Amino acid sequence: MSTEAASTSTNKAIKTVSGITVRLVGDSGDGMQLLGTQLTNTSAIAGNDIATFPDFPAEIRAPRGTRAGVSGFQVQFASHEVHTPGDSLDALVAMNPAALVTNLADLVKGGLLIVNEDSFEDKDLKLAKLKVSPLEEPAMENYRLVKVPMTRLTKTAVAEFGLSAKEADRCKNFFAMGLVYWLYGRNMDATLRFIHGKFGDGKSVIANANEKALRAGWAFGETIEALGHSYNVEAASLPEGTYRNIIGNQAMAWGLLAAAQRSGKEIFYASYPITPASDILHELCKFKNFGVCTFQAEDEIAAVCSAIGASYGGQMAVTTSSGPGIALKTEAMGLALMLELPLLVIDVQRGGPSTGLPTKTEQSDLMQVIFGRNGESPLPVLAARSPADCFEIVQEAWMLATQLMLPVVVLSDGYIANGSEPWLIPDVSKLAPITITHPTESNNPDGVFQPYRRNELLARPWAIPGTEGLMHRVGGLEKEDGSGNISYDPDNHQKMVHIRAQKVANAAKLLPPQQVIGPQSGELLVLSWGGTYGACLTAVQAAQAQGTSVALAHIRYMNPFPSNLGEIISRYKQVLIPELNMGQLRTLIRARYLVDAVGYNKIKGKPFTVSELLDKITEMTKSGTRTSVQYQ
Amino acid sequence: MSTTLPVLKADDFTSDQDIRWCPGCGDYSILAQMKKVLPEIGVPPEKTVFVSGIGCSSRFPYYVNTYGVHSIHGRAPAIATGLKMTRPDLSVWVITGDGDALSIGGNHFIHLLRRNVDLNIILFNNRIYGLTKGQYSPTSVEGQITKSTPMGVVDHPLNPISVAVGAEATFIARSVDSNVKHLAYTLKRAAAHKGTSFVEVYQNCNVFNDGAFSYAQDKATRDDTTIELEHGKPMIYGKDKDRGIRLNGLNLEVVDLNDGKVKEDDLLFHDEKANSTLVYMLSRMRRPDFPEPIGVFRDVLSETYEDAVRGQIDQAIEQRGRGNLQKLFNSGETWKVGV
Repeated sequence: MSTEAASTSTNKAIKTVSGITVRLVGDSGDGMQLLGTQLTNTSAIAGNDIATFPDFPAEIRAPRGTRAGVSGFQVQFASHEVHTPGDSLDALVAMNPAALVTNLADLVKGGLLIVNEDSFEDKDLKLAKLKVSPLEEPAMENYRLVKVPMTRLTKTAVAEFGLSAKEADRCKNFFAMGLVYWLYGRNMDATLRFIHGKFGDGKSVIANANEKALRAGWAFGETIEALGHSYNVEAASLPEGTYRNIIGNQAMAWGLLAAAQRSGKEIFYASYPITPASDILHELCKFKNFGVCTFQAEDEIAAVCSAIGASYGGQMAVTTSSGPGIALKTEAMGLALMLELPLLVIDVQRGGPSTGLPTKTEQSDLMQVIFGRNGESPLPVLAARSPADCFEIVQEAWMLATQLMLPVVVLSDGYIANGSEPWLIPDVSKLAPITITHPTESNNPDGVFQPYRRNELLARPWAIPGTEGLMHRVGGLEKEDGSGNISYDPDNHQKMVHIRAQKVANAAKLLPPQQVIGPQSGELLVLSWGGTYGACLTAVQAAQAQGTSVALAHIRYMNPFPSNLGEIISRYKQVLIPELNMGQLRTLIRARYLVDAVGYNKIKGKPFTVSELLDKITEMTKSGTRTSVQYQ
Repeated sequence: MSTTLPVLKADDFTSDQDIRWCPGCGDYSILAQMKKVLPEIGVPPEKTVFVSGIGCSSRFPYYVNTYGVHSIHGRAPAIATGLKMTRPDLSVWVITGDGDALSIGGNHFIHLLRRNVDLNIILFNNRIYGLTKGQYSPTSVEGQITKSTPMGVVDHPLNPISVAVGAEATFIARSVDSNVKHLAYTLKRAAAHKGTSFVEVYQNCNVFNDGAFSYAQDKATRDDTTIELEHGKPMIYGKDKDRGIRLNGLNLEVVDLNDGKVKEDDLLFHDEKANSTLVYMLSRMRRPDFPEPIGVFRDVLSETYEDAVRGQIDQAIEQRGRGNLQKLFNSGETWKVGV
């Protein structure tokens, strides 16, 4: 690497703030995701707490310069704890008019607006379907507009490298990055290491040009008068330890590795590509040296079925998908619960129904995974609450699957799958083992092995092929309890349906009780689940700071519910259930606990903002009068 | 200590379950031959797994005392693939039917064959849906009257051997349920092949499609309506061994050996290693223009899927060392707080 230490010193004034929310927007080919990821990592290394929200179109390269092709990355970094990527923007960096007009509404009044003014020519306006340049609009007076000729400045900066016009143009996102780094006093070292790692060593022309563009962006910030000062965000006081930044899908993959190690198993991972779950496959297939066997199957059904085959053979079997793929796996999930074999089914939810909104987030598969199978076919369902929580929850799921001998569903969503946060790296040597036994002797000394004879949790033995004397057949037909032989006996069927239900209910015995954040009783309980945790927690804490009697119970175990949940609910006068769906958890809670829970439902493919939740909490608590149920 | 291995018998592979196929069903014969062949293969029952889908044939696993999975419709090849990929030490058999393998499970069937997973797939072809009581299947012949086609089948039937050739299966064979000697031989050949072994068995459904293959079953007719493929031998058939198959340009033709104009050397000699175009031509031999081939169409060696997959895992471990979780977690950019 040829870089000298990157300067972070400035001669201008520095204003210290507690947190910044910035969004970087441009064409989907402009490298906004890369820019965002680098800013995130750099801020994390600086010790800030962070939360991110990448937002990109489903099309790989939508027509250049159009509104459909706008790709964005939002990050909040702060010296205090943050649980969301932020509601409104302190700064917006827009690389073209389409990106500007589709994002401007989220910039606060007086916020900093940095644009690449070279891309506001007539042809750019036309692509964005604009008659007048938004930079000429009177509304611009509401913002601190900084027009930067990024394309020209980048071209000049990299002139010495003799790049083609196209190659030189591609460096402009690093120019923008340099400017942003100057603005927030970010250290460029990690990004310089990235540039030279990705584009080659010190001899690479492209790498050197990108470095030059980055430094030119920094220098530009230091020079121009329009930016009178830069900002400083101090490190947050996080618990002691070594941290790294982690993305939700990556945490899911790493959690699987940890679960495998804890249980002495090797992973068989089968999936079919689908947004937003594919990154788990991309991540896991790197780890063949951990003994991980990844299988890209011919379809979703083959993915889950091959996993069932691997599970029968004694492997740690995992399949992942999103809503449409889960729909296809449905019949096989029913088979796995009938075979009573451990299996992890991970559903990274996206906007539905049908193909829906592939790259946008939603929480609308809850009913599908709890109920979406033929017959009486309950399964445990767990839901991750944040990117780092994916690491934890998938291990809990594997513990349940193996202790109870059944498939377990893990819910994630597009928001936490692509989002990231600092992660306190665990001490691997302190991870508790997950004990699995495969019988080697018959459980029926008087006769043939009984594959459906159960233990105290109602789990059957996981006897695997290759074991002498334990040959047995399993299948989707109803079977006699104990022997596992096909049975059409009416009483046996009723008994088996109850056993399978009780087995799922027993999961609650293996899981911790529900926790409450805030007063243990009072006016309002906010009941949330899944990826809305950050927004709900932040809103509840803000309301608590205003003196409101409100608490949060964020559920991670969707089926069965924690055993103390009903009792918790009964201690509050009102219950609010915010969900990114039409009220699926609300329906379950109302049915189960006969409580008049109120919903706050948003189905826009976007996460909650803290302010909209805070408004709702305030509305429900200000006069003490009860809000009527809102059906959307 | 004695090192003598116990000699296995057919009874060692007989389960305690009552068989529930219709009396007279062709499945009985296939089960009997399988149980006869399994001890000869030499794999003990605990190392053998039968995987099936849905249909009459798919009840098969219950009737053999091995490990077994009676799964869902069409998915046995996928389940068996996952099992064999992770447990290459097991001998895995897929039992399927014409509806199970070629209709609802068509996708898994072709992908199993093209991947060349080392397992055996036995397709009981009776040209009818039996368990659902008599609807037409993807191998039913055009015009066939069934419960769901009162005016006759209009679909063009799939030829399972042709599909297998198209998917580049490495072992392709056909046998007949009642031809017990040939069936036993074919099953043994399938077991011996490393890679996916595909065997189509003409199987009589005496309740819903009785006599569909009587031409190939009856001793009186079968010598004239079928031709037994034998590696390295000229393709001759007929009760009096007086007809042969010759390659004429890009077509096969039936020739008469009686008049002495065509010599044995002029005939097509069967080659199990032949290119797939020729195998495809054999698969298209259909009554009444041709005798239908039984025997091994193709038997070639190619790397198995599980070997290739395990090979990459072994290579990754060799090159990078066994994965270390703590090292992975601490890789890349990290930072310390308060330590």
